[in-house]
Amino acid sequence: MARLIRMDQTGHTTLAEWTPGDPSSAEAAIAAFREELDAGYYAVVSAGEGQAEQVRELPLEADLVILRRPIAGG
Amino acid sequence: MSAPGAVLPETAAVHWRPRVDAERLRRRGRLWTATTVAHSIPFLVTAVVLLALEPLSFPVAIMAIVHAWMIPELYAARGANVLRPRRRSADGPERVAAGLLGDLVGHAAREVHGRTGVVPERGRLGIWVVGEAGALLVRPGGRRVDCWCVKADAADLPSGDRIAHLLLALREDEQGFATVANLAFSGARWRVRRRLAPAVRPALDAAAGLAR
Repeated sequence: MARLIRMDQTGHTTLAEWTPGDPSSAEAAIAAFREELDAGYYAVVSAGEGQAEQVRELPLEADLVILRRPIAGG
Repeated sequence: MSAPGAVLPETAAVHWRPRVDAERLRRRGRLWTATTVAHSIPFLVTAVVLLALEPLSFPVAIMAIVHAWMIPELYAARGANVLRPRRRSADGPERVAAGLLGDLVGHAAREVHGRTGVVPERGRLGIWVVGEAGALLVRPGGRRVDCWCVKADAADLPSGDRIAHLLLALREDEQGFATVANLAFSGARWRVRRRLAPAVRPALDAAAGLAR
């Protein structure tokens, strides 16, 4: 089962889980995904060690999509 | 490391900065060294002139020499500070965040994180040592280190999540990451190493080994 997680003060929170064969779970995940992007989060898919890609649409084929806050110079 | 053409969205917030690349890093490093020398030399010249004019002024000359020594040391201390651990969250969130971070990195990096609290990451510009509020970049050859101050825009994150934020951004777009971050120091690795917490030094040593 694929997961959409948000890194936050709890470590991380699972916002949605879906399976490609279950349209209702995918729709709920897409809605949660858009809501977090609207709140200012960026979505990243880790593509193995040393690789990551920012995504603007929920990739339903991904196993794990991570939401992160923006970074800035300190 | 990052996908070709991928641009870190945070670079839009610093649109006036030229995108960092290896050549620009080399130039900034040379400028940083020249600036440090320019700050230190006048104190050394003062010491020599004082001793030449009046040997009894040696206490003042010694103070001038100490000043000349302290300037690069203070810069290096500022650079090393980017890897200083921040306030910890409760045990539960720290464990959860460390688990996610562990899933993102390989076995070797996980082991280094367990011992030192920072994560090594190979990039195109060199070997990165990623901490909670910044990162060191050990340049190819292992002798020069750039210290970058950069953090996630959220104060309440556990340690592992702070590192994971920086790590993911670095993996998305390494040059963009270096463009967004503020350069806190560029100079000799040995100078930074002395100012790091003893627990973190093995991570820098390992990164330098990989960079050679």
